[in-house]
Amino acid sequence: MSLYQQLGGEAAVNAAVDIFYRKVLQDERINRFFSGVDMEKQSAKQKAFLTMAFGGPNHYTGADMRRGHAHLVAQGLNDSHFDAVVEDLGATLKELGVSDALIAQVAAVAETTRNDVLGK
Amino acid sequence: MTILRFQGQDFVYEAPRTVLESLAEHGVEIPSGCRAGVCQSCLMRCLEGEVPAGAQEGLKPALVAQGYFLACRARPSSDLTVALADAEGLRQRAHVLAVESLNQEIVALRLKPERPLDYRAGQYLRLYRQADLSRCYSLASVPTLDDWLELHIRRIPEGRVSAWVHDQLRVGAQVEIGDSLGQCFYTPGQEEQTLLLLGTGSGLAPLYGIVRDALAQGHRGPIWLYHGSFTVEGLYHQTALQRLAGQFPNFHYVPCVDRAGPEALALNARVGTVLEAAVSDHRVFAHHRVFLCGHPDMVKDARLKIFLGGASMAEIHADPFLPSGT
Ligand code: HEM
Repeated sequence: MSLYQQLGGEAAVNAAVDIFYRKVLQDERINRFFSGVDMEKQSAKQKAFLTMAFGGPNHYTGADMRRGHAHLVAQGLNDSHFDAVVEDLGATLKELGVSDALIAQVAAVAETTRNDVLGK
Repeated sequence: MTILRFQGQDFVYEAPRTVLESLAEHGVEIPSGCRAGVCQSCLMRCLEGEVPAGAQEGLKPALVAQGYFLACRARPSSDLTVALADAEGLRQRAHVLAVESLNQEIVALRLKPERPLDYRAGQYLRLYRQADLSRCYSLASVPTLDDWLELHIRRIPEGRVSAWVHDQLRVGAQVEIGDSLGQCFYTPGQEEQTLLLLGTGSGLAPLYGIVRDALAQGHRGPIWLYHGSFTVEGLYHQTALQRLAGQFPNFHYVPCVDRAGPEALALNARVGTVLEAAVSDHRVFAHHRVFLCGHPDMVKDARLKIFLGGASMAEIHADPFLPSGT
């Protein structure tokens, strides 16, 4: 079974999206990156993010990730912010009762995007 | 052979492509993102035909009810006429039935469209002064209760459409209107849920429609309407709303004003913003269905505060259109 299936697929994404987004908006380390964006649209993008991190179906390429975050890199997005997002993601899954082993796998998937997201 | 009709053009559709892929092959690019049914960038609306199975997964009930679907998920098995989600649709003529003043700066414009308008209480439409001069206004009327369309129009300083409505439109005049738009409306189901509606100024219009629609559809849970303005003079429909609250014990009307005074006292109005009043009454919003309309700053603050207060993003409804400066 794929990671995405083990986590519970689309239903898991739906369960996680509000919790995760609430954490991000309250996280003083990173919430400034999200302050300018339309919350409702952003919520759909959070779903895209979660689907990706859960190893689910998506057609984003590394180049898309680069382009999608370039304006944030210009505002100073760096490794510490990336770590904060991964941390919030882990805390979200923990709250939903996901095992540490699966959380580590999600973090590993997110890790594969680090260089693209940070434009390195 | 299956035909895909878009903007008046017919395209041959071949399975197993998605609507998104099929249109792209014919040179029609639809905005898209993840292509996996998640990001909703490729949202389209079905105007004729049957929405393909699975193409509405994850959409809000309000969108499903109106035939919206995701082009990246749609594999039609029969002919389909589709439009971009934000397409303005058809225009038509309407007759002015009344222009009534609601307070010093807001009038109610009542219209009779030539063809019945298919809409839901809480949606908005475009009102045209000329082909290239129009503004969007929310509907305060309810299709099952009112024989007319009603818009609440605030006079904007130098407003080219609002001044025309206030100063020039008379009973019997003809105007043009666009199709109903927007996702801010009541959908039946979860009749016990708490409804929370926050509006400022003429932002009361859609909320007034939604409240009456929900009550008419038998909503049983508590319904809280907060209407805010700087002073009591900026409020309107107090009598009708108080009467409604008398009639339906589950409906609560809370007028809010920034400035205290004898008029505020007489109306039993709260002093402070609608958001402050709602937060102090509810504190936690985990099971609320929320509707926001009015000043963009209020909508933005309320969305954030209420979401952080536990409401699901999918349960917070607000239409994105901003009142034009002029
Ligand atoms: C952990 C790895 C990350 C992945 C896999 C990821 C993935 C995504 C995806 C799929 C989108 C939606 C793109 C679109 O369709 O428009 C997105 C947008 C966004 N991401 Fe990330 N992201 C990551 C890290 C971050 C970090 C560290 C931040 C900031 C602290 C961030 C902030 C944003 C913002 C603000 C947007 C919205 C951009 C806009 O609409 O203006 N992301 N991300």
